[in-house]
Amino acid sequence: MEQLQRTPLSDVHRSMNALMAPFGGWDMPIQYEGIIAEHRACREGAALFDICHMGEFIFQGDLVADGLEDIFTFSVVTIPVGRSRYGFLLNDAGGIVDDLIIFRLADDTVMIVVNAATAPKDFAVIRERLKGGILTDITADTGKLDLQGPLSREVMTRFFGPAIGELPYFKFITTTILGVPATVSRTGYTGELGYEIFLPADKVSELWQLLLSDSRVKPAGLGARDLLRLEVGYSLYGNDLSEEITPLEAGLESFVNFGKNFVGKDALLRQKEAGPSRVKVAFKVNSRRSPRHDYTIRSCGADAGIVTSGAFSPMLGCGIGLGFVTPELAQVGTPLTVCHDKVAMECSVCTLPFYSGGSLRS
Amino acid sequence: MDLYFSKEHEWVKISGTTATVGISDHAAHELGDITFVELPAVGKTVKQFETVAAIESVKAASDIYSPLSGKVTSINETLENAPEVVNESAEEAGWICTIEIADPTEVKNLMSKAEYDEYLKSL
Repeated sequence: MEQLQRTPLSDVHRSMNALMAPFGGWDMPIQYEGIIAEHRACREGAALFDICHMGEFIFQGDLVADGLEDIFTFSVVTIPVGRSRYGFLLNDAGGIVDDLIIFRLADDTVMIVVNAATAPKDFAVIRERLKGGILTDITADTGKLDLQGPLSREVMTRFFGPAIGELPYFKFITTTILGVPATVSRTGYTGELGYEIFLPADKVSELWQLLLSDSRVKPAGLGARDLLRLEVGYSLYGNDLSEEITPLEAGLESFVNFGKNFVGKDALLRQKEAGPSRVKVAFKVNSRRSPRHDYTIRSCGADAGIVTSGAFSPMLGCGIGLGFVTPELAQVGTPLTVCHDKVAMECSVCTLPFYSGGSLRS
Repeated sequence: MDLYFSKEHEWVKISGTTATVGISDHAAHELGDITFVELPAVGKTVKQFETVAAIESVKAASDIYSPLSGKVTSINETLENAPEVVNESAEEAGWICTIEIADPTEVKNLMSKAEYDEYLKSL
């Protein structure tokens, strides 16, 4: 087996008795105190996540002439400096190579933030499609910590000053933290008010200790992060998104700009015309049972689809899940049954997000 | 009161002809946060090491096997809405059900507390 990559905090997590597991080729903390307690810390206070496994690339060049503008499902050149945008890198068939966020650092410079497991593939695909400019993988030198939760603004301004507190959603600033340049972005993956902090990898441990020195901040692992993102209906690459799934099937057409060119556009237009044969569905279980990845969705006694993500939602007090079914079964209120071995869970199709009480835009 | 454990990490406390059944502290810890317990129907008859209940956590779904044969006489209804009690007190307040013991000699297939502790070290 290939050697797992380690973040600057791998030893720190172990010293904190974290349960560690491989994720996307990295040795990552799944939980410290417990997934439910860490989930609560993020919904009610402030939770700190080690997200150093995610990939970061810098592109420098002419965004239009060098071809960057035609690579993604969204326009890069229209992102104002200091703002970021979410969307997709697609293959020719419209399948999702990755979902990512692009940060406009300057007129001629962007940072592309991608998923850990797909980072090497993404880098190769983007480089191959570029006609010029310089693309650099800065993942190894870049640390990333996410501070998320309703109290995260108070914690950030306490340590780093009031300017960060004024950041609106999907805006970022380049500032100095611990004496080094850092990018602080008002984004996240939890449905709560929160920040993603990018800084040199050799400063990550110091920032981790500093933020945890505030008693309102609790460390949280990828287990809580997965639960938090599912409650607000965010898709997870590898579960809910893949090269075999298009943004139309995944219910994410709002992140596709058909007014511009991008790889995969022709395939998406054809699919839009014909209508996708399967679509994402969100459903609630009528009990505390948890649907799980790869469980079968049935309707009227016949197999009807597959669960891609599922969990028990502490905020709703019931099981919740995402999956794919034929479009007629995705109508809100449609009864579905999720099956695995001898267990059958009665479910009902619902709208997203499952949980809408978060502090995201506060 | 006699306390025994199974290799599948259930415990059973025997008082006269009644056995109280649950999962061990070790099993509860390994499962992580418990989110659902499927309790058996009172009156259900089970054989030793057959499924009597089921449990789900944030990590996994597992069956709970009856350490002894018998008939279910009561269930811990608290767990229906507060399954986290199993995490807080797996070997006391987090009991699953009681069973009227059908065959007391079946304890020979179970481990004492000391034997179970040794067994855990071997895993």
